[in-house]
Amino acid sequence: MLSTREKELIAEIWGRLTPVAEDIGAEALLRMFATEPGSKTYFSHLDISPSSAHLRSHGKKIVLAIAEGAKDISQLAVTLGPLQTLHAYQLRIDPTNFKFFSHCMLVTLAAHMRNDFTPVAHAAMDKYLSAFAAVLAEKFR
Amino acid sequence: MVVWTDFERATIADIFSKLDYEAVGGATLARCLIVYPWTQRYFANFGNLYNAAAIMGNPMIAKHGTTILHGLDRAVKNMDNIKSTYAELSVLHSEKLHVDPDNFKLLSDCLTIVVASQLGKAFTGDVQAAFQKFLAVVVSSLGKQYH
Repeated sequence: MLSTREKELIAEIWGRLTPVAEDIGAEALLRMFATEPGSKTYFSHLDISPSSAHLRSHGKKIVLAIAEGAKDISQLAVTLGPLQTLHAYQLRIDPTNFKFFSHCMLVTLAAHMRNDFTPVAHAAMDKYLSAFAAVLAEKFR
Repeated sequence: MVVWTDFERATIADIFSKLDYEAVGGATLARCLIVYPWTQRYFANFGNLYNAAAIMGNPMIAKHGTTILHGLDRAVKNMDNIKSTYAELSVLHSEKLHVDPDNFKLLSDCLTIVVASQLGKAFTGDVQAAFQKFLAVVVSSLGKQYH
């Protein structure tokens, strides 16, 4: 359950990070590959070495989708409609990986925002990413 | 038997040598109580936990966070023996404190985030992996004596 203040905070943070979407996205993915090697199996068709073009463009896509959703969290199901379909019928990523990625995104935010990633921001972001992942998985079954 | 690489041993020793146990311990426990409010159930006698500001300023929480970090230190100093090092603590958490072991993972995730914000860029993916492996062993050992 996100309060109005939390939604504002989330939108503000993602607004600030949109210009560095590539960096943030690539870093979160790399962290996930380092800590959860099983997640790499979904990327066997791409070059996911650090600073590869594939990694950066993929990271950027993910962050921009998360940032877009943050603009109007109450509309997540609408905003994510096409991505829901993609993940359910084509990508078919086991949803535990959404949890791993969300955690690595939080770590990335902490490493970048340092003390600005306050417990309140962390709580709001964790809630948002959980909601995002849940909506993304809605068409899985 | 947990097998540690040289990189993992060095990384864990390095991280903990850089941590201010008081600051990090208090910040971690406070963060856990804020991000996962249901964990407050174990701290009913710790005074004012009414909101984030109260939790972050609560001296009993700060003190307990330090206790926890010093407990972690025992694992750092006994990396090849974490399970037996923590046998007593595991019994304590199960039989006296009645803490659901799922909470250990929540606290360890908060510690990862706090350490990441302290170390910034230096907390690379590989460092994170080593740190999380260490915490996973700690978490598993703390849950071992539950029955």
